[in-house]
Amino acid sequence: MAGEKRSVKVKIDHVEKIFDTKKGPMVALNGVDLDIKENEFICVVGPSGCGKSTLLNIIAGLLPATDGAVYVDGKKVEGTGTERGVVFQQYALFPWLTVIRNVMFGLKLQGMSNEEARETAMKYLKKVDLEEFADSYPKELSGGMKQRVAIARAYAVQPEVLLMDEPFGALDAQTRTQLQTELLQTWENERKTCFFITHDVEEAIILATRVVIMSARPGRIRDIVDIDIPYPRDQETKMSPRFMELKNHIWKQVYQEYLEVRK
Amino acid sequence: MTNKKMTKNTGQQNDIIGKIPNRAWLLLSFLAAIILWYLLSVNPSTARSFPFVPSIIEACRTMVERGVLWQDFSSSMISVFLGFILGFVTAVPVAFLMAWYRPVRYIVEPWIQFIRNIPPLAYVPLVVISAGVGRRPQVIVIWLATFLIMSVTIYQGVRNVDETLIKAAKVLGAQDRDILVKVIFPATTPFIITAVRLGVSVALTTLIAAESTGAVAGLGMRIRSLNNSFEVAPMLLYIILIGVIGMTCEKVIKILERKLTGWQEKREV
Repeated sequence: MAGEKRSVKVKIDHVEKIFDTKKGPMVALNGVDLDIKENEFICVVGPSGCGKSTLLNIIAGLLPATDGAVYVDGKKVEGTGTERGVVFQQYALFPWLTVIRNVMFGLKLQGMSNEEARETAMKYLKKVDLEEFADSYPKELSGGMKQRVAIARAYAVQPEVLLMDEPFGALDAQTRTQLQTELLQTWENERKTCFFITHDVEEAIILATRVVIMSARPGRIRDIVDIDIPYPRDQETKMSPRFMELKNHIWKQVYQEYLEVRK
Repeated sequence: MTNKKMTKNTGQQNDIIGKIPNRAWLLLSFLAAIILWYLLSVNPSTARSFPFVPSIIEACRTMVERGVLWQDFSSSMISVFLGFILGFVTAVPVAFLMAWYRPVRYIVEPWIQFIRNIPPLAYVPLVVISAGVGRRPQVIVIWLATFLIMSVTIYQGVRNVDETLIKAAKVLGAQDRDILVKVIFPATTPFIITAVRLGVSVALTTLIAAESTGAVAGLGMRIRSLNNSFEVAPMLLYIILIGVIGMTCEKVIKILERKLTGWQEKREV
């Protein structure tokens, strides 16, 4: 479309969300427009309360938009669908299921047999290097390992779009960088369309093809920055002058928004 | 200086406490109870209420000879079992309905809270008037009491289910029925186990009230009748028996709990 090589995968069309609170209506999203192209990695940054999670929930179909709509491949989003996978900040693993059973959960719902689902799940567990923990329970895993399982679980049902809501927000710095690198590698291999929420500007730049900066109250898009650093990227990319430049540019805007919210 | 010494001492003490195996503690606790019991049995002001072990064994023999011990035990167990099962089978759907549909919650929950605090003994006559005497009123009273406690507990469990788990299931393609069966039900298991534990305990504590309905046999009924004839030793025997039954149930539930909810993050001490 419009001379673009890649087609629009997700179209966010003037999405508005108003919550009814005890203090009256609260505008969480005020007309958000965004076209996410096939294979793009979008990172959304912004102060807390800017509605970035709300936006993700609307794309996932977990929340209805008050006005406007989201389209995936031209089809209007109504409710959840397995073509859109979600990774949550709180891992959201089913604690009563073993690691492999967690990954099999979506596969079984698709009607796969036990053996088939187990085989597929194992394949994805291998990708996140956790095959020897297949029969462990989530409580036996560290935070980073739990999130790896959650990522494997999301990937296993082969979604076309991956939505991630601050997936590394609860992890320590070291685990976080490690998982960023792993995610980069996976994305470079599979080129799934990603929509990734974070409040970490560095994380956004290292991962994204485009960074969306949101402003709060009411939540809308303030700026979209193209990240013109070529892939493959790794943690050393963070040392490059272009990275610093982009970081300054984005961070200044985010900081301004942060000051706005504090007022 | 003294502080340092004290912490060192407690540290050592803790080590010793930790080294003694649980079984030994249990034995110690049992022995201490026997000693306490003995002291109560010789102390003039409490001696009449607490006849010591030989009298209890003697009482056991008499009750067996009279042919009532087994009859009382089985009669009570049948009432407790039937009442508890009915309570459980009705509490589960009511709890889920309350959690699922707000109108049901708004209407039913106040009733439950209202009745829950009334001692069963108070409404026993009403039950007898409608249900007559015999097994039926006993089961109804235990049913009611266990239903009340279990429905409240399970309901809280259902409401307590982590919403992100439901979201996670939804985005993996789960329909409403899948969510109920594959998420809400397993997530509620710890609360259901707690409900079962409370339910069994309530069933036993309600026994006396339930068997005041003109029962012909039963542990609770016997205690009341022995009370009328001032037979203290068999009375104490029956009281101990109820305690033993309660503890046995508790142990069984513990095993069940470990099997069913071992996946929980927070381990119970």
